[in-house]
Amino acid sequence: MTIERLLAATCAVRPAGDEDAVDGVPSQVVARPASAQETSALLRTCSAHGLAVVVRGHGSKLGWGRPPERVDVVLETGAMAQLVEHSRGDLVATAGAGMPLSRLRHLLAGARHELVVDDLAVGRGTTAGGSTLGGAVATNLSGPRRLRAGPLRDLVIGVRLVLADGTVARAGGKVVKNVAGYDLGKLVTGSFGTLAVITEVTVRLHPEPSEVRQVHALVPRGRLAPVLAHLVAGQLAPHTLDLHARPGKDVRVSVGLGGGPGSTQRRADLLAAELSAPGLAGDAVAVADPERTDLQEVAPVVPGAAPRSTDEEVAGRPTLLTVTARLSGIPELVQVANDHGLTVTGSAGVGALRATLPEPTPVPAVLEAVAAVRAATTGLGGSTVVLDAPPAVKSALDPAGTWGPVPGLELMRRVKAQFDPGRTLAPGRFVGGL
Amino acid sequence: MTQTDARTGIPALLQELRGLLPDHVLVTDPAERETYACDGLAAYRVRPALVVLVESADHVAQVLRSCARHHVPFVARGSGTGLSGGALPHADGVLVVTSRLRTLHEVRAQDQRAVVDPGVVNLAVSKAAHPHGYYFAPDPSSQQICSVGGNVAENSGGAHCLKYGFTAGHVLSLEVVTPDGEQVTLGTEAPDPPGYDLLGAFVGSEGTLGVATRATLRLTRLPEEVRTCLAGFASTDEAGAATSAIIAAGIVPAAMEIMDALAIEAAEAAVSCGYPEGAGAVLVVELDGPALEVEGELEQVRRICREQRAVEFRTATDAAERAEIWRGRKSAFAAVGRISPDYIVQDGVVPRTALPEVLREMGRISADRGVRVANVFHAGDGNLHPLVLFDADEEGATGRAEEVSGMILDLCIAHGGSITGEHGVGADKARYMPRMFEPADLDTMQLLRCAFDPDGLANPGKIYPTPRMCGERPRVVHAADEPAVGGAEVF
Repeated sequence: MTIERLLAATCAVRPAGDEDAVDGVPSQVVARPASAQETSALLRTCSAHGLAVVVRGHGSKLGWGRPPERVDVVLETGAMAQLVEHSRGDLVATAGAGMPLSRLRHLLAGARHELVVDDLAVGRGTTAGGSTLGGAVATNLSGPRRLRAGPLRDLVIGVRLVLADGTVARAGGKVVKNVAGYDLGKLVTGSFGTLAVITEVTVRLHPEPSEVRQVHALVPRGRLAPVLAHLVAGQLAPHTLDLHARPGKDVRVSVGLGGGPGSTQRRADLLAAELSAPGLAGDAVAVADPERTDLQEVAPVVPGAAPRSTDEEVAGRPTLLTVTARLSGIPELVQVANDHGLTVTGSAGVGALRATLPEPTPVPAVLEAVAAVRAATTGLGGSTVVLDAPPAVKSALDPAGTWGPVPGLELMRRVKAQFDPGRTLAPGRFVGGL
Repeated sequence: MTQTDARTGIPALLQELRGLLPDHVLVTDPAERETYACDGLAAYRVRPALVVLVESADHVAQVLRSCARHHVPFVARGSGTGLSGGALPHADGVLVVTSRLRTLHEVRAQDQRAVVDPGVVNLAVSKAAHPHGYYFAPDPSSQQICSVGGNVAENSGGAHCLKYGFTAGHVLSLEVVTPDGEQVTLGTEAPDPPGYDLLGAFVGSEGTLGVATRATLRLTRLPEEVRTCLAGFASTDEAGAATSAIIAAGIVPAAMEIMDALAIEAAEAAVSCGYPEGAGAVLVVELDGPALEVEGELEQVRRICREQRAVEFRTATDAAERAEIWRGRKSAFAAVGRISPDYIVQDGVVPRTALPEVLREMGRISADRGVRVANVFHAGDGNLHPLVLFDADEEGATGRAEEVSGMILDLCIAHGGSITGEHGVGADKARYMPRMFEPADLDTMQLLRCAFDPDGLANPGKIYPTPRMCGERPRVVHAADEPAVGGAEVF
């Protein structure tokens, strides 16, 4: 019996094509369960037969992490994409894991609600559909507006999971305030599909601000530290505080404000005046009146994301790092990264940023840059992860080279062994080769 | 593990610990141990077999290693203010008291971080950060005495978590001792460390995954402006409608609290807070943020309250008036003692939109059973704190009150809510977990427990009523049960 026939009893299945390979690892079939029950039947059969399963939404971030050791089945979440509930008065929504973030935004817009997460993979993946809700959660997608609403893991208030053995389980619920039982939603957020298949997610929503404004400043390198310190210590309650630093150029610092009509513009004007002071950004300050969606697309330096201007476009498959540091260490991190040819983008208000090197960079130079940045971030209380890279770079890295030092790795091994003892789910994709 | 094992374990464990720890940290005297028999939930009392007043993370590791060796259970306790019996001792176990770990290591305003030991009191963090313009956002009502370690264990909330979130969102890193005595760091002082979010899972695990010995906390910038207002309404229906309208207007207040007539009566009796006379409900709304925004929001709140037929609306003009408005709210729990000799503090959550209906049903239950229920609640997030009043001297009254208290939780579950919003499950509500979750849900949560604590020594009996033994799998998948697959095509 072929895998296709074996699994056909559980859900819709088709043979995999070249485009279904996971980070270069070919798959045999693509399965498309339409419910948690079908997912359960599918995983149960896969576990029993030792088939490796990789979950895919739109595949927009499927190259992130390590290539899996093996792939037999790509489990597509596209048939679990419905909006289950949008409880307007409660500011919560429940949707299938396959729900595209772009569609969710559209569905919530009528109520002027939003899930505050920035899709850094806009325009990527199958049908150029960007991230799905499940994919966003599985990779702990983090963007500029996280400063306002917190990381995605804090917005996930309930999950439905299917374990490799077919167990269907729920954790959390549909109320924001809830401390009953372990928060498995946090455990699976950022787990890269290696603990369980997320089939449904309940999220906390925020009201859209009536007005948004952005203040951009071009900051000479020597003044980056005082400018960031000034902004961090301010009482602006900005929704975003991002920077964009290219080697050899002034650093663009962008502050996004959101609030009531009129007051937001006034605050933006006040901030611009403040930043224009000698010793801070000087003359290079501008207030922008963006379409509100610009707030989330201000920093599209992730490869393939729709860039706002051509000079920001990153061609091919660059090496993409996530880099973190304590807030006061960000100027140093930026300098080290820029010195090694990396462009740095991300939230200077949160301390979570990304750094990219263009694809043509020779492998030894990439590895040297990674090592230098990692040494810097480790000294600054943070970490460096090679999220994505060209195949030549990836194959030159082992799991430790990809993920860097992982505090608590031994406990993580034990967690993986409990949730997925047969290593059915994306074996090898995550930290420590889990 | 049987009780006999544990009982024989304690003497051997004590002998071992005498060689490892200074004598003054070991409390063996029965009368002294008795003082630790309960936490903030005094209805349950268990005298621990041994109390250790640990003075360092190494002490914690020594105790837990010995416990593992001798198969003796342990329970961690901070200030002992928890309201669900999470720190209720084990009769044959060790109580690890962290309140002597009181060092506040550093406040780094420029990084928005504080590093503290678990016995540091919640409010002490904010006090230390205040001169720098920062504070620690989680503010449980007990913040003057509750410890950061306890906040971590319970994922504490407070009135202001509507806007600022719970403890889990304010902890960046923890040094923990796992039940096998290993010292492990979870997280980094920067966000998003690589790997599973074990930190996020640990916070709120009620001491069942290990003991935190140091925490790196996020500090929050003090807001430029804080405005607190109070509106009186004829009933909780109007107050609830005002709450919904404020949320619908796109405002996220720092806090939104409602008290009903009985709670107002109690607060007046206790602290003469001067709430609007004859009001059937008061709504307290606190707005904070940039001054320009707060002023606009305050106007909107005033208009909404008027539209919802507020009988009175007042705004605090300074810090003293703000404190005055909060005084009634914060005294409410204790104040109920003025109008009832005994009471149960309940903690349940319903979707905000279900509040009016749940309150009406609660009123019906209260009338049916002849048990008075005062309501104080975090209206913004649907977190109810019904105070079930009774007189323990009256025959059958305690039983009736407990029954009503349980019915309120069932009401929360029936409306898609939760059996606890911030007090935790602890010993008190473990029996309600199977009403909220399916067996498969609980078994799956247990997998996390088994990764950290395969022998079930960390705070056993809390949260989960009858956890499956680790390694025991209800559904082992065998290929033999599945359709046959022919060779090479698959593998």
